[in-house]
Amino acid sequence: MEKFTTLTGVAAPLSIKNIDTDMIIPKQFLKTIKRSGLGKHLFDEMRYNDDGSEREDFVLNKPAYRKASILVGGENFGCGSSREHAPWAILDFGIRCVIAPSFADIFYNNCFKNGILPIRLPREDVDKLMADAERGANATVTIDLDKQQITGPDGGVIAFDIDPFRKHCLMNGLDDIGLTLEKAAKIDAFEEKRKLTQPWL
Amino acid sequence: MANDTAKPKTLFEKIWDNHLVEVQQDGTCLIYIDRHLVHEVTSPQAFEGLRTAKRAVRHADMTLAVADHNVPTTDRSKGIENEESRIQIEALESNIKDFGVPYFGMDDIRQGVVHIVGPEQGFTLPGMTIVCGDSHTATHGAFGSLAFGIGTSEVEHVLATQTLLQSPPRTMRVNVTGALPAGVTAKDLVLALIGQIGTAGGTGCVIEYAGEAIRALSMEGRMTVCNMSIEAGARAGLIAPDQKTFDYIMGRPMAPKAGAWEQAVAYWKTLPSDDGATYDEEVTLDASALVPQVTWGTSPENVLPITATVPDPASAATDAQKAAWTRSLEYMDLKPGTPLDGVKIDRVFIGSCTNGRIEDLRAAAAVAKGRKVAAGVGAMVVPGSGLVKEQAEEEGLDRIFIEAGFEWREPGCSMCLAMNADRLEPGERCASTSNRNFEGRQGRGGRTHLVGPEMAAAAAVTGTLTDVRKLMG
Repeated sequence: MEKFTTLTGVAAPLSIKNIDTDMIIPKQFLKTIKRSGLGKHLFDEMRYNDDGSEREDFVLNKPAYRKASILVGGENFGCGSSREHAPWAILDFGIRCVIAPSFADIFYNNCFKNGILPIRLPREDVDKLMADAERGANATVTIDLDKQQITGPDGGVIAFDIDPFRKHCLMNGLDDIGLTLEKAAKIDAFEEKRKLTQPWL
Repeated sequence: MANDTAKPKTLFEKIWDNHLVEVQQDGTCLIYIDRHLVHEVTSPQAFEGLRTAKRAVRHADMTLAVADHNVPTTDRSKGIENEESRIQIEALESNIKDFGVPYFGMDDIRQGVVHIVGPEQGFTLPGMTIVCGDSHTATHGAFGSLAFGIGTSEVEHVLATQTLLQSPPRTMRVNVTGALPAGVTAKDLVLALIGQIGTAGGTGCVIEYAGEAIRALSMEGRMTVCNMSIEAGARAGLIAPDQKTFDYIMGRPMAPKAGAWEQAVAYWKTLPSDDGATYDEEVTLDASALVPQVTWGTSPENVLPITATVPDPASAATDAQKAAWTRSLEYMDLKPGTPLDGVKIDRVFIGSCTNGRIEDLRAAAAVAKGRKVAAGVGAMVVPGSGLVKEQAEEEGLDRIFIEAGFEWREPGCSMCLAMNADRLEPGERCASTSNRNFEGRQGRGGRTHLVGPEMAAAAAVTGTLTDVRKLMG
């Protein structure tokens, strides 16, 4: 997993409540057996016409946001299914940070496993960043994970909260499985106890 | 341990505490996972990750794989026509061979939607932790097991370690008082709850459903309620096990056998929340006041009684809600003020992990019996598993559906998410017993109205969204 330390880039505004995982990556693209290559299908039904041509009015098709690396969304971002194809598509497009007033739990969790930083902020802060993002390509935003700060295009700073363990893993690009396997002795001991207390399992 | 016994605990706390392998200094918990269900869509990249890192599956014996999302619901003797769907199932079959994971293939009568198969086999038991790379894993919470959906990276983590890193969730109790009136089902109950608390109402929480109306539900009904916990944003839904739970499990192929059975039941009886246990949030719902529910928009929280009219965005509480409602109504092609009862439909889907169990099919058949599917309506019934299908056929339900003009299909996820060939055409309107009415969920441009199985059957025979109580004499 790629480390996340600081990120400076264009933020794309997507002011829709309940952006669900079917919007982020529709089911026909879940048939892949790979993690890569989903970026071109990100927000497929909002982004393309039935004939496959681009919808000019969709934010990621506008020249200013084609290289956006930050997405600002509405409440309950990522609700719906557990499909990790959603963060895979976001990452493959080039977005490494999603900012919203609230996230659905599974999506939020899945982001961290892929080097994407999801940031929860009070609504008024998101509204400010959304308004800044509407200004387009000149309105770059800088995110400093270590300092837990977002610096807006006008130099204004917004602080954000993040779970310390998740921050540590993201900053160091750590593989959860490797960390857990170091605890094999504890898992073994748990299993021994479980055999005695719940032998039917 | 004295402290442990002194403080009253919730069902959730008992299960959580019993699965703690380690608590890190920052509060992150490593929890043990008793059962892992695997399907073809969210597992290929996980197995590939194991292969790349040269890691094994720690407990193939606690894992069960089923192909469900991509399988055809028509004649399977010809295999799967869609190449990508076929490759995904072939990938699962090669992975389960390489890693030694038990598997119910497409031709196995035990095959079906993973959340129907687990309980049916006795793979799901009270007090367990159960995960699956699928958000509707909450279904298994109906047995008093902590069951939740995970992403593919976590699927890989569980395959490799039989554990997961989790931050402790908050707890919510939903007290459902009173008794459900005639014609009102578990589906209506959970839809009404989602309407009340919203699709983010349970975010970060494990919900325990309690109260008279929940105790009165069958195991099938309880599974329907827990299944849709994720649509309320919750991590999981739980219902305390009772005699109904034990009766349902006893004798199932993977359930504990005599000797171990008594020991297991004795433990399961200790699981219900202690008197005086406290929750972070409490919500109350009066079952006796409910009428059949139907969704009108593109989020499960856009739900109303069938007796209501399509809402006006002008009456929305906030600007964000007004924008969301406007977008939904445009997508659904509905005008404010239109009575929901009477909205014309094109398709009907009865099935899914929400409503594809035997009781659901019986309920739908009772409405369909002696009636005909309305002209111009395409209606299909997709049993949740091969065993549900077999039982329905033994009871003659297939004949009732076929005589009424429904299609009787093979088991799978089917048009709940339209990954196989079953899908809506753009603009088609469907009364569906599934769980999500998102834009494009049942097919690009398709319009979904979520309902219970009786309401879906009523829509099929009248050709419109209909208050099923009018057909019940």
